[in-house]
Amino acid sequence: MTSPDDDAHRVLRLSREDPRILQLAFLGSLLLFGVLVRDFSLQPVQVALCLGTALGWQLALGKGRNLASAAITGLGLSLLVRADNLWVHPLCATVAVVAKFTLRWQDKAIFNPANLGVLLAMALLPGAWTSPGQWGHAWIIAGWILMLGLGVTLRAGRMDSALGFLACWLALCAGRIGWLGQNWAVLGHQFTTGSLVLFSFFMISDPRTTPDHRAARYVHAATVALVAFTWQFGLYRPHGPIVALALCTPLVPLLDRLLRAARHQWPTPPPPRGLLDAPASVPS
Amino acid sequence: MPQQVFRPDRRRLGLLAIAALVATLAATPRALAFCGFYVAKADASLYNETSRVVMVRDGNRTVIGMASDYKGPLKEFAMVVPVPAILTREQVNVADRAVFDHLDAFTAPRLVEYFDDDPCSDMRRRGMLDERMMSAPAGAPMAKSARAERDLGVVIEAQYTVGEYDILILSARESTGLETWLRQNGYRIPPKARKALAPYIRTGHKFFVAKVNLGEQAKTGLQHLRPLQFAFESPKFMLPIRLGMANANGPQDLLVYAITRKGRVETTNYPTVKLPTGKTIPVHLKKDFKSFYKAMFETAWKREDRRAVFTEHFWDMGWCDPCAADPLSADQLRQLGVWWLDEGPDGGAPPGVPAGRRRMPQSAGGPVEAVVTRLHVRYASDTFPEDLVFQETRDRENFQVRFVLQHPWTGPAACPEGNAYKDSVKRRQDEEIRTAANLTGWPVGKLRRQAGLGPEAPPEPWWKNLWKR
Repeated sequence: MTSPDDDAHRVLRLSREDPRILQLAFLGSLLLFGVLVRDFSLQPVQVALCLGTALGWQLALGKGRNLASAAITGLGLSLLVRADNLWVHPLCATVAVVAKFTLRWQDKAIFNPANLGVLLAMALLPGAWTSPGQWGHAWIIAGWILMLGLGVTLRAGRMDSALGFLACWLALCAGRIGWLGQNWAVLGHQFTTGSLVLFSFFMISDPRTTPDHRAARYVHAATVALVAFTWQFGLYRPHGPIVALALCTPLVPLLDRLLRAARHQWPTPPPPRGLLDAPASVPS
Repeated sequence: MPQQVFRPDRRRLGLLAIAALVATLAATPRALAFCGFYVAKADASLYNETSRVVMVRDGNRTVIGMASDYKGPLKEFAMVVPVPAILTREQVNVADRAVFDHLDAFTAPRLVEYFDDDPCSDMRRRGMLDERMMSAPAGAPMAKSARAERDLGVVIEAQYTVGEYDILILSARESTGLETWLRQNGYRIPPKARKALAPYIRTGHKFFVAKVNLGEQAKTGLQHLRPLQFAFESPKFMLPIRLGMANANGPQDLLVYAITRKGRVETTNYPTVKLPTGKTIPVHLKKDFKSFYKAMFETAWKREDRRAVFTEHFWDMGWCDPCAADPLSADQLRQLGVWWLDEGPDGGAPPGVPAGRRRMPQSAGGPVEAVVTRLHVRYASDTFPEDLVFQETRDRENFQVRFVLQHPWTGPAACPEGNAYKDSVKRRQDEEIRTAANLTGWPVGKLRRQAGLGPEAPPEPWWKNLWKR
């Protein structure tokens, strides 16, 4: 006999300990908040197409495993990418998920899926853009508090990239403010942007595309922060963190080679009833 | 923005600023079909002490035009603007204020009105009114010795007169020296100015200092100051507003008209929010539209915690629908700084303009590839701690702030449909009052009294018509 909760977990193919449950809940809430409360210029059909495409490719290529990862990618892309048409979101979701299965190095995805999708939209697709300033001030403070709560909840292994990046970003921004002689309120302002929250907790912290070794993850996160800072405040270009993560992609296999450690695996889902699970070698 | 500081000789110093960003790809514009009678607009004259900045930007090339509504004695006016490089005489221009006014009118939030048809007429076709639109009425002597300047770390990089302005381009090593130099040369700088100047010096900005040359000004025969423009190249696509806050007495209004080639402009470090549009409001507000708009803006501003930038207009510059003013001619766009008009096919015709819409006057050179974003910022020191940083998106969806008046049919309506129509008008008017109250924060009772309506009738009990046959 199983409880309805167990059934729900089987549908999503998630273990009760899987931190992606919380991530999905958080991203879903952010999306609902954005569409219902703030003017995100996002159509529900765009979200549906984005999510549906990501899940569809995951089902097709991943044999049904790790649907939660694809859902996180789809929600993340919906939150970050804006378009004045209906084809940009599914195209980004397609590239993000398909690249995860096809562009691999030593059985590990090269690109962070959501990062690749957003970068494609920003750099190449007509009628697509991202709006880093779209989040309201007070709500982001609430988001930070929630994320800190989640940070405690999630196992530390998932958070080192996020916290490493944030610590370096904070230090660099604070150093710049001190050097310029700006008001310290600028630091608070720079840290209350939704894009930074999303990037830190849902993009750079993806354990499947960051280095395997903890020390290497800190090196990677610090490098991303430095490149992002240079892009944004040295070259005066927007979207520093997203561009920096893409530019630092070659660093991950290099660090994996120098500092070896066990590859991350998501917690094992509960065994499905009456169905054979997909083989463990299927990439996620 | 440009904001005023004071000299001992009562010169006023307006502080404002500049800089640059990102060329992107085109997308197909999606026009919002709309028709009605244009009746009023909420233009820049609505606000006191409003600064207007026209930013023309493509790639790293930028042309900034600044118009202040300064109304004090001309000899007291001066302004200081951080600029990213030393500007030569050829990079500075004095513009015709009428062109700025025209751009303001073209992009202004607007009020349109419809009239209900006779509910008893066979010809009644709601929402099928003909498209008819009415046009809107439509060398500075202040420097001391060079040695004293060097001691303060201030260098006069350039000095010239353009139109009615004497202009200096200063560079400074540190803010205390610049502050001292400005004080020694007769500018009364507010106490916080040094702190505000420091970040610009650190980032290598120069300082554009302009004051009125009274002799040259007299020759113009004008009672007002003309806008100043300057052209430069910089990767920075931003407006330094912090300097203008140094001696501000509360929030200031700034209208930014960003003219780009491809898409809508928004801020990357503050939320950019579209103001409410398309709402039907009570017809009695026609005569009080400017007050309504001010209250509406104030309410929206407070709802966004006073920290957002508001989009009032985004449209292709080749046409409009409805038009609050004629589209600007190619010559007027050139005057504003749109340099790419002469660059051949790439600067040529925009994607198709729907038939019947008003296009840019052909005689002036035909339509161009240019879009304008009008942003309204109400900023204060505590809510806008950083300068405004912009990006050009690839969004091509036209947007304008407009409110709608729907006049009821006032003639005889002695037919069965007439009673149903009257009921629908009552419901509609109640809704319009609620909409206006929600948008402005004005009490419902006050709005109903102004509209000549009694207290809102309580809803009919649900069972009233239950057993009626």
